[in-house]
Amino acid sequence: MLSLTILLLVLVKALFVVLLALAFVPFLVWLERKGSAIIQDRVGPNRAAIGFVRLGGLVHLLADSLKMLSKEDLIPREVDRFYYYLAPFLVAMVSLMLLAVMPFADQQWGVPMQVLTLNAGVIYILSIASLNVYGIVLAGWSSSNKFALLGGLRSSAQLVSYEIPMGLALVGALMVYNTVQLNEIVVAQGQVVLGFLPAWGIWYQPLGAILFTICAFAETNRTPFDLAEGESELVAGYHTEYAGMKFGLFFLAEYVAMVASSALIVTLYFGGWQVPYFTTEGLIAHAALLFTIACLAAVPLLIWLAIAFHQSYLRNLGRFKDIRDQEGHIYSRLCWGLMMVALLAAVAAALLPWPVWLAQAFALVAQIGCFLVKILLMCAFFIWVRWTLPRFRYDQLMQLSWRTLLPLALLNILLTGAMILAKA
Amino acid sequence: MNISRPRPYSFLRDTYLWEIMHGMMVTMRHVLRNLRHWGQMPTIEYPEHKKIMPPGYRAQHRLTKREDGTVRCVACMMCATACPAECIHIIAGEHPNPEVEKYPLKFDIDLLECVFCGMCVEACPVDAIRMDSGKYTFVGFNRNDFIIHKEALLATEPLYPGGDPPR
Repeated sequence: MLSLTILLLVLVKALFVVLLALAFVPFLVWLERKGSAIIQDRVGPNRAAIGFVRLGGLVHLLADSLKMLSKEDLIPREVDRFYYYLAPFLVAMVSLMLLAVMPFADQQWGVPMQVLTLNAGVIYILSIASLNVYGIVLAGWSSSNKFALLGGLRSSAQLVSYEIPMGLALVGALMVYNTVQLNEIVVAQGQVVLGFLPAWGIWYQPLGAILFTICAFAETNRTPFDLAEGESELVAGYHTEYAGMKFGLFFLAEYVAMVASSALIVTLYFGGWQVPYFTTEGLIAHAALLFTIACLAAVPLLIWLAIAFHQSYLRNLGRFKDIRDQEGHIYSRLCWGLMMVALLAAVAAALLPWPVWLAQAFALVAQIGCFLVKILLMCAFFIWVRWTLPRFRYDQLMQLSWRTLLPLALLNILLTGAMILAKA
Repeated sequence: MNISRPRPYSFLRDTYLWEIMHGMMVTMRHVLRNLRHWGQMPTIEYPEHKKIMPPGYRAQHRLTKREDGTVRCVACMMCATACPAECIHIIAGEHPNPEVEKYPLKFDIDLLECVFCGMCVEACPVDAIRMDSGKYTFVGFNRNDFIIHKEALLATEPLYPGGDPPR
């Protein structure tokens, strides 16, 4: 009976994590498209609408996914069917599996808030991340297309090269935390150092954090390391021959991998689910006060949003000459309504007594929210880098890995060891 | 001999990271500026806003008229001869006025063939054809929709009748 409960809990947590990761994807695609537009002085997607809802182009993603799902599933004649089908699933699955050991909140009600409480957390991540290359190589090989094959080839060499500095950069972090269990790593980052800094890993491992971030970029095949799909050289690289939802899976996997590596960077170097300056006990103890403050802080923000929406409504009056013109007006109303709700919630939280379970739930939600905000900022950083830097040349890529990152990672281990020795 | 060689990069530049930060500051500056002045983006959002075309813009052709409203064209075939795309099809008829001699019974331009080079305008000896209508969007459901006939060409108005674009 007990094992059934545990199984159910694991299933629920797995569902939560997978759905959250998949829900992140359209948002990230939107952020990518809109962010690139703003960086390049463009307006970006803004036309697709359901009724009056445009949401600044967010509806485009729905149209995109519908298009991908309803597209003809084209299969070239010469492909190796089995591996051709296997590759996108492998890539998507591996990216999702990475999230299995990510702790997203502190243990609450005796339930660890990660899908798998593996003792080998970091090792698991490294081993699963190395599987990623199989999907890409299989896709390149089975497509029987020379561009796809070249993409797969490049990708395999790149991933193998960058796994080494990545693993070595991790070693430094593991020496500091003295554990490979990810939740324990996050718990260790809960204090405050020097009186004002949250005790995040980046203060103990600045070099390691930079090295790890660079390697994470390479591992997720993001610019400046996206040689596997260098569209100006290889058409589309390893997924040249894929159409419809099979291409969609590759696309999805790229963003899920981005979420996963952001989550890993945040967990290792930016305090994971830790809300800065607040321990879990502190969050539970001051739940009512913190909730009230959060609600009150939301009020001026919502008022500002409401005014901004109203101004945009006035500015775009008569632009489309249909219900879309009303959008800003409706959102403005919505913001006023939300402001009232926030005010009421603040008053209610201040006056009504808080049961312990509610305070615990508040701590849980606050920690999950903090984790998600950190991941989102990290993903925004990924996108920012992508639209700033050009792609590396292949020899530069290899040189960076073997002649720069690898010695630096070794140096990092040496320095970390010396520091630990000096402290002891 | 004095040879100027490129100086080796300083250590800071060699690390890439410093220069990457520089580049990222550039893009961040664009982001902040565009977020603050959203309306001043150079994008022209087409169906609602249209670009004001300069007076010299070569758009769809039109046929000019005489003072009495008849077609100015004398069906001399100069434009059809000059046309590199061979998109002008003229059938000449006899003009009632013997001084004019000829006028076009049929004057068709196939816009799908036209390359908008303006040679016909250059070739015309009587200033009968011009490309100053400012029309650059052509929409149709079949190929015949893109062949414009004499009547439509005559009915087309110039974009700037005064000769200058509006301020």
